[in-house]
Amino acid sequence: MEFFSLETNLENDLNNMRKYYESGKTKEASWRESQLKGLRNFVIENEENILKSLKKDLGKHHVEAFRDEVGILKRSIDLAIKSFRKWMSGKEAKLPQIALLSSAEIVAEPLGLVLIISSWNFPFGVSLEPLIGAVAAGNIVVLKPSEMAPFSSSLLGTVLPNYLDINGIKVIEGGPEVGEQLLHKKWDKIFFTGSARVGRIVMSAAVEHLTPVTLELGGKCPALLDSLSTSWDREMAVKRILLAKYGSCAGQACIAIDYVLVEKSFSSTLVELLKENIQKMFGDNPKASNTIGRIVNRKHCNRIKSLLNEPKVKESVVFGGSMDEDDLFMEPTILLDPPLESAIMTEEIFGPLLPIITLEKIEDGIQFINSKGKPLAIYAFTKNQTLQRRMLSETSSGSIVFNDAILQYVADTLPFGGIGDSGFGKYHGKFSFDTFSHHKAVARRSYYTDFWFRFPPWNLNKFQLLEEAYNLNYIGMLLVLLGLKRSKRSLYMACN
Amino acid sequence: MVFDGEAAASLVKELRLSFNSGKTRSYEWRISQLKAFLKMVVEQEDQIVEALRSDLAKPPLETVVYEIGMLKNSCEVTLKELKQWMTPEKAKTSITTFPSSAEIVPEPLGVVLVISAWNYPFLLSLDPVVGAIAAGNAVVLKPSEIAPASSALLLKLLGEYMDNSCVRVVEGAVDETTALLQQKWDKILYTGNGKVGRIVMAAAAKHLTPVILELGGKSPTVVDSNVNLEVTARRIISGKWGCNNGQACISPDYIITTKDFAPKLVDALKIELENCFGKNPLESVDLSRIVSSNHFARLTKFLDDDKVSGKIVFGGEKDESKLRIAPTLLLDVPRDSLIMSEEIFGPLLPIITVNKLEESFDFINEGTKPLAAYLFTNDNKFKEEFVKNVSAGGLLINDTVLHLVVHTLPFGGVGESGMGAYHGKFSFDAFTHRKAILYRGFTGDGSIRYPPYTDTKQKTMKALVAGDVTGVVRALFGWS
Repeated sequence: MEFFSLETNLENDLNNMRKYYESGKTKEASWRESQLKGLRNFVIENEENILKSLKKDLGKHHVEAFRDEVGILKRSIDLAIKSFRKWMSGKEAKLPQIALLSSAEIVAEPLGLVLIISSWNFPFGVSLEPLIGAVAAGNIVVLKPSEMAPFSSSLLGTVLPNYLDINGIKVIEGGPEVGEQLLHKKWDKIFFTGSARVGRIVMSAAVEHLTPVTLELGGKCPALLDSLSTSWDREMAVKRILLAKYGSCAGQACIAIDYVLVEKSFSSTLVELLKENIQKMFGDNPKASNTIGRIVNRKHCNRIKSLLNEPKVKESVVFGGSMDEDDLFMEPTILLDPPLESAIMTEEIFGPLLPIITLEKIEDGIQFINSKGKPLAIYAFTKNQTLQRRMLSETSSGSIVFNDAILQYVADTLPFGGIGDSGFGKYHGKFSFDTFSHHKAVARRSYYTDFWFRFPPWNLNKFQLLEEAYNLNYIGMLLVLLGLKRSKRSLYMACN
Repeated sequence: MVFDGEAAASLVKELRLSFNSGKTRSYEWRISQLKAFLKMVVEQEDQIVEALRSDLAKPPLETVVYEIGMLKNSCEVTLKELKQWMTPEKAKTSITTFPSSAEIVPEPLGVVLVISAWNYPFLLSLDPVVGAIAAGNAVVLKPSEIAPASSALLLKLLGEYMDNSCVRVVEGAVDETTALLQQKWDKILYTGNGKVGRIVMAAAAKHLTPVILELGGKSPTVVDSNVNLEVTARRIISGKWGCNNGQACISPDYIITTKDFAPKLVDALKIELENCFGKNPLESVDLSRIVSSNHFARLTKFLDDDKVSGKIVFGGEKDESKLRIAPTLLLDVPRDSLIMSEEIFGPLLPIITVNKLEESFDFINEGTKPLAAYLFTNDNKFKEEFVKNVSAGGLLINDTVLHLVVHTLPFGGVGESGMGAYHGKFSFDAFTHRKAILYRGFTGDGSIRYPPYTDTKQKTMKALVAGDVTGVVRALFGWS
């Protein structure tokens, strides 16, 4: 009974939204600005609630939560408010010398009704970052936050609408059944963040209405650690690796470091450095420090447990390894050379387990990385320029960062998105605006210039002229007109 | 020899090996291929004209200008600008990632598939291939079997002129296409109709392959009464019957004009049609024929529809044996007639009349978004309203079809008319992954970023994330 009423309500809601869109309201700059400002107010006024929700859903420390979600969102919103008018304005397209057209431009227009499906690990970031782009581009939006982060979903579902125009933006909460229902509706774009498995389902559903999609998926993001000459550099690298694993939603991030590649000769030093710095960062009792996020739910706890329970994998644990299921806490864990066929080395880990894979030579890392699907990010800690160049040209990933990790997310002049199994499409900054826009070609012609040779019946002379015209060759045309250019073509061909 | 799933898998494997060897990435390889391409198109012009004459009775001029001419243009632009397109772009960085430098590097996607259409078999096959090669990919082309002479010629010529370890042609129909679609490609560009477009996208979804779909739709042509009738009529004719006899995705599909103006427009069209194609258009060599008997039957059905039988005001002649249909005008067709429910793709031009021209926007927007929309008017305000309110792949005011020639404009659809775009640099971009690169050093970090999280660190981080330099300084000095 409830399902049926959700269905009719949904259908009505979407129809009403479309009518609202057709009124043209959301295309206006004033509407877009008001929504962006509404978003900003939501984030500023509810900062504490947001941080609390993230603590409850994922055990995120408020500094981590601020750094990764709130702070970045504020910046993105401010950038959008500052720049959206510029993004909205048409871009002139250079015209060829021949005056076939009097003007040509590319006009960005909204796509219409878009669906944003968000994930649970950065529930605010991954919901609102695309929303910023969609709204700046003048679309109407339905946002479906993940039910696996229930407090965050609730805050988005009940409080966010108070800051926005609910005629044009709706938040629909719910589980997989709601998600499925939504997927069967007609959308002008779907923006999905999540796993490759569900990504396939989303894209397949989009086929019915030929809906373009952006899929932000994941993968096994490797960190290649070269030998670094100074202890300062080594320490820095290790800290950054730790932060990009345990300091990022306890490793449950699409751009978290999944595993580390290092030369055999360095592996024991690395393990020591890692242990030392874990202690410095999280104390003797990481759980009590409350600085590391929690595993999102029991199901994922079991999944992570089973990764460790495979025969040779357990033996390869050199640090950590225990889980407090009641608290959904997995302690920072390091593994040294688990078997390559094990699940922990074939699936995306999405948890605080860090395998270290040793290589004879660091350059072998390139082949290793290429043996797996293209990840969202590759991290290479090296000052060796040859290795850097090789990494750049011989590997493929959404992005590549040298000597750091995760930070690329914050650089809004860089497109954020995947390739191959890590997805397609991109966003952040202006890329968000573009991803929710149709770039319409608009050309104008006057009545003054016309080419009489454009029209049949065809003869050799017209043929020549037309060819020169389409080759955008003024001089050629002039020569033909003056009878100074003979055609290599036979008359027969031209007239038959 | 049957081209089945196994053959397709082995083809993709071979091309992947070639791609992984790195040979397609070099500027030299790409240029050599593009030059070979240009040579092929120039040297084989006669053969290409012949193939199109055989497949479509296409007038040689149309072939030379629209297929070969545009291909040459595309190649030349690419040869001239490729180096620039391949250059990484620097991206500005802010204090949040300081110190750092960033750039965006274009990299090839890998092994891509181009599925082409029958109406402009050379242009629609090779223009995407030019883009794929320019972007450094290995590419398989599947030309349309409905234009068999062109398909065979493409197989022969690409085999002779291009690097076969990286560029291949697979001929065939449904079975061969299905075998190809089962494989994992790094991108697929499909030109054709919405039905097959959906099949392509569904197959791509299994492998998470991004797609570009160049589809079609009913491209409306709105005609105002304040226009130069003669020029308008000629430009409509050029875009309709002058483009493969209306069998083009961006041909004006139907006209919308006011009840008062319609008769004048019809008269002008009649006069200009006769000027272009003579009194006996079925015999005119300046018109393509209909491509196949299936399409001939499809178009005949439009004319046989009861709802439009009394509406033909010009033309209507057919010759089934020669697969020819004369330029036909229909006036005041009902909106629910067959001819108004799907893309015509042929030499029939219905004219819809309205009381006020403003009504045309609603009419157009009630249908699905077309690939192109045209407006003929001298009213500047009306032009701007049109641009603002009509959504289509591309818009052209006071002419038809020509916007395709401008390579600085993206060519692609929206909604039912497709997704993605190409032409010029957009072709290069279509087959490129723009990889984000961030370079960092090991200095300038301090301990702010790392746990344990203290108050000072928190404040500094807040300021850092906001890009607030003063805030950072204050926090560091304990002033906030």
